Amino acid sequence: MSLLDVIGPVMVGPSSSHTAGACRLALLARHALARPPREARFDLHGSFAKTAQGHGTDLALVAGVLGFPPDDPRIRSAFAIGAEAGLRTTFATADLGDVHPNSVRITLTADDGATTRLTGSSLGGGIVRVFALDGFHIEFGGGSPTLLVRHRDTPGVIARVARVIADDEINIATLYSARQRRGGEAMMSVEIDRPLSEPASAYLEHLPSVLWLRHLPEVLSATSDGAHVAAATAEAPA
Amino acid sequence: MTLAELAAAKGLASDAVLADQGLDDAERAALLAGMRERLREMRASIDRGLASDAPSRTGMVGWNAKGLWQADDLLQTPLLKRVQAYAMAVNEENARMGRIVAAPTAGSAGTVPGALLGVGDHLGIDDERLVAPLVLAAGIGAIISKTMFIAGSTGGCQAEIGSSAAMAAAAVTELLGGDANASVHAAAMALMNTIGLVCDPVGGYVEVPCVSRNAFFAVHAVSSAQLALAGLTSVIPPDEVVQAMASVGRLLPPELRETGEGGIAATPTGRRIALEMAR
Repeated sequence: MSLLDVIGPVMVGPSSSHTAGACRLALLARHALARPPREARFDLHGSFAKTAQGHGTDLALVAGVLGFPPDDPRIRSAFAIGAEAGLRTTFATADLGDVHPNSVRITLTADDGATTRLTGSSLGGGIVRVFALDGFHIEFGGGSPTLLVRHRDTPGVIARVARVIADDEINIATLYSARQRRGGEAMMSVEIDRPLSEPASAYLEHLPSVLWLRHLPEVLSATSDGAHVAAATAEAPA
Repeated sequence: MTLAELAAAKGLASDAVLADQGLDDAERAALLAGMRERLREMRASIDRGLASDAPSRTGMVGWNAKGLWQADDLLQTPLLKRVQAYAMAVNEENARMGRIVAAPTAGSAGTVPGALLGVGDHLGIDDERLVAPLVLAAGIGAIISKTMFIAGSTGGCQAEIGSSAAMAAAAVTELLGGDANASVHAAAMALMNTIGLVCDPVGGYVEVPCVSRNAFFAVHAVSSAQLALAGLTSVIPPDEVVQAMASVGRLLPPELRETGEGGIAATPTGRRIALEMAR
């Protein structure tokens, strides 16, 4: 964990886990959809369900979906701004199973029918962890640029993706991969130390086994003035 | 790095924390620039908080910092008053959904600025000299977070305010000339005397007891620095104190971990307020 995550983030109150963390999870979902959402559904679990309104979790989630970082004063008026932008929102309570008490499942739908379903937890101090995307169990924390690769489960795809990242001289921090079934569709999340170059990204996108590719920026240092301070990787306690 | 390793460092603890990060020159400059920015944000939130009596979202808090700041200092302890007022100013801003710096969390955001800027202003110390102690505060928080999640929902309030008080205690100790050993023991003594504190916010809102608690634990941090600067140390090694806090966190029932279902939150008045707010 970076020292600027301990003394930080600079954020709109009142709770680093329930406000800033919620905003970051929604921001990651927004980047995973990679287009403006028309509908957002939030299934709140545990403490998120119990104390959502008191901590402004609901406002922060909508703000994140609108692309606002955790220190953005517009979080306070996120409902009005969302409604003006034509964003439809639904909040529900859900039991997401044996997960961290501050967890949420975010389902976004765009005008073209594209959807993203992201499930993650806010671990404290604004640190977040995503553990499922579109039904695949993959993990990332938003502390590094992250590649999401939806692909067909064929031999060599993971090696191919890793090779392209290596040729770009980028280090891989974490890599998670999951598939629906043998030979079905699969998903990979790759946290990398800096964003992938344009040509490498274009090459990956055109591989026959790759269905789509998404670039998630590092969100732990995202601020409303666009300034990005030292990148950080969230680490769970040992 | 463990607290024992940090305590054994020659010279300032903040230098040891920085060295342990393994940063190149550019990364080091970015980190220090980030800390300066957070210091400015802390000061801005204190200034706004001391000047405002606007109610929080629930109306339970909002005028405490300004009220104390403007009250007569009957005890004639200006440091005490300043530290308490600064800490509450930050947490009342937080409760109004204003901009604050989580340190390490938003609910405990007033402790470090209350103690560090409070002592700095009391002694007329320039803000630039607070940057290194703030780095140390972050380093202490990072070490604690390797053992336990710093969140009321997993470890109770001790995890949040205990960590912030430990961080602040170390920072104030270094600011006043304490070496690495003194700074780490200040953190350990602050932590040891926070163990067991539960997270029981009324209605689940980060207001009661959170706002006044930051005032109390900013003072707690200054107390701990005072003992450490006089050469007092923790008999139990600092790393073992962190382990003890983590184990107590695991023993706490869910009712006492930020669910708003135990302690002060579960009093008849606490429950009534929660019901009124839900409507």
